[in-house]
Amino acid sequence: MQIQIDRKAVARCRKSAAAIADPVQAFVERHSTVSVERSILRLLGVDGVGPGDTPAPNIIVESLDASELAAGVAIPFGRALVETGLAPRELGERLANGGAELAQFSGVSKEAARSAIAASARDAFDRVLARHGERNDLMHQMPQLPAPLLYMIVASGNIYEDRTAAVAAAEAGAQIIAVIRSTGQSLLDFVPYGPTTEGFGGTYATQANFAIVREALDEASRRLGRYVMLTNYASGLCMPEIAAMAALERLDMLLNDSMYGILFRDINMKRTFVDQHFSRKLNAASGIIINTGEDNYLTTADAVEQAPAVLASQFINEELAHRAGMPDRQIGLGDAYEIDPNLEDGFLLEVAQAQLARQIFPDAPLKYMPPTKHMTGDIFKGHLIDAMFNLTSVMTGQTIHLCGILTEAIHTPFLGDRALSLDNARYIMRTARHFGDEVIPKPGGRIERRAADVLGECEVLLERVAARGLMASIEAGVFADVKRSPDGGRGFDGVFERAPGYWNPFEELLS
Amino acid sequence: MIKPYGDTLDDGKVQLSFTLPVPWSEAADEAARQLVVKMGFSDVQVAEGRAIAENFSFFVVYASTSQAIDFESLAVPSVKTHKMSMEEIDALLEERVGRKVRVAGACIGTDAHTVGIDAILNMKGYHGDYGLERYKMLETFNLGSQVSVEDLVRFTKEKKIDALLASQVVTQKGSDVKNFTALVELLEAEGLRDNVILCCGGPRMTSLLATELGYDAGFGRGTLPSEVAAFIATRMPHRAG
Repeated sequence: MQIQIDRKAVARCRKSAAAIADPVQAFVERHSTVSVERSILRLLGVDGVGPGDTPAPNIIVESLDASELAAGVAIPFGRALVETGLAPRELGERLANGGAELAQFSGVSKEAARSAIAASARDAFDRVLARHGERNDLMHQMPQLPAPLLYMIVASGNIYEDRTAAVAAAEAGAQIIAVIRSTGQSLLDFVPYGPTTEGFGGTYATQANFAIVREALDEASRRLGRYVMLTNYASGLCMPEIAAMAALERLDMLLNDSMYGILFRDINMKRTFVDQHFSRKLNAASGIIINTGEDNYLTTADAVEQAPAVLASQFINEELAHRAGMPDRQIGLGDAYEIDPNLEDGFLLEVAQAQLARQIFPDAPLKYMPPTKHMTGDIFKGHLIDAMFNLTSVMTGQTIHLCGILTEAIHTPFLGDRALSLDNARYIMRTARHFGDEVIPKPGGRIERRAADVLGECEVLLERVAARGLMASIEAGVFADVKRSPDGGRGFDGVFERAPGYWNPFEELLS
Repeated sequence: MIKPYGDTLDDGKVQLSFTLPVPWSEAADEAARQLVVKMGFSDVQVAEGRAIAENFSFFVVYASTSQAIDFESLAVPSVKTHKMSMEEIDALLEERVGRKVRVAGACIGTDAHTVGIDAILNMKGYHGDYGLERYKMLETFNLGSQVSVEDLVRFTKEKKIDALLASQVVTQKGSDVKNFTALVELLEAEGLRDNVILCCGGPRMTSLLATELGYDAGFGRGTLPSEVAAFIATRMPHRAG
């Protein structure tokens, strides 16, 4: 399917997005955060917890005073590596448990520290690349079924139950499994440790939990003869650390939005911009596809009105992802099917929006989210709305298809709910597989007119944001009607200006 | 007395669907049938039984129940006030209370999902119905997500809140009920319970559950801001004199 799109307007939108990204990028390059520094330690191999279950990376970063931290954690940690001769993991454990303090190694030369870290970082980077290569090999041996890739959520709170549900969903046809995080994890300024069996509305993202589900899905992939992808969530206060863990455990996708945390979780914007940049650089190297969170604009406000904001956010996410070195094939821009089912021709508006995104971002693996806001206890109607969503997805060629579930409004899905949902999606996508290739929307008709309106309003919105600046625009409530101040919100105290001589050993490797 | 209606009065027909943790086989169909018989149903028909994963089977079953309910004897409270517009509600408050009514809302406990409380409080509102922030006679405080019950009660006391809206979107393993209960208990312990109009909200909230929890009202999925505002307005005590 193709609709007429004003290509010049698209070019102007991209120009505005670049103008929006420039000052953000300049800010990002002058700053770091505690989470970026912790992710450096994690990549080097630091793991485990100290007293009170505080993760070792947190203990080590917090042991530095502000002036030391401003130069980065790498050099002080490198000094300790040189002096103790320990591997990063063992050194991390010793530091976390009070067996040593970074301060006692200040006698080691900066050059020695730097070369010790450079060697460790190179090893770590090779581990990341090896995981990336491993995925490429597996996907070559066990190709996925054609897109839309059916994406299914598991969320029991208990990683072992999640594992059971993940394997069952894969057997029932799911091609991507997402383990939903415990509610509120995005607001924790540390990553919990070890396998976990309790959570609210989801399961904690921990490196051990990643490994447990990865292993089970690798086994299921071999049995099914197709590679089943694993997804988790990076957005929040620990974006870079989760990106590091995901790289090491070969996750395939991560939720990573440049503004979600700011708008919907009241996380400080400076923190978010710095964190999203470094985490995306890591995602780029690890071959992880990011999923952006534009669906959130639609679940919190009217979906028809918010369409231009969704497109604007897609342009901004794309631009910021490019600046982190991400190729289009790893930028899973988001959208959702959230228009009120009682609206006449709502389906046409959905098709217009989905097709518009498809044509503007032809190489991006678009992530299409199912109806949630208008789902009710009437599961039968819900199943029908999901079917219309499935049809829109296959006819407009969406890539990542989050399966809607008939019991969306009632409970975290039962195993049987997931199977019904997958059946629905597979049926619609089979029966209408090439429908989109066979139809041409009427030139100048409702679908084309709607797409043109959305693009036009998006252009105006982006111009306004570019003129005012992204931070000031968020402060003024331009996005999602939410106002956030540049120095407010969670995690602001973890942002710091880089001192001269600041060093992040992975930045060069990742560039 | 009433019974479920299939196509004939009092036939007691119900539909059930469930999953059993066994690979599908004819024995699995029979297990499903016997299970429904054990539930007390008769005339059990397993309409569909099939594998949904290697070790799980899914069933759709039709059956009849012999149970009936004495409908006339039921007493169920309802908070549905007659529909009022924002202007009517503001006028009512102006006349009855004569000052701005202070309303605080929060997502309590660990819940970070502010969708519900935002839909009620944010200026924009929900479904074309303006949020409480837009009301002239309401002064609203949206405390956001993950507000501890202790903080909410402290805030209620400090700001002399008239109406308190507690929201819980996550309902897994009864966490919502636990948090709602903790809030009522703390308000009672602090001697504040009778000073506030106490409302709870969430996707599965019902008036009945709210009453059982000790709340004045409960608002479920699809509630419009004006319904909450109307409830508060009609429950506010008349001004002295």
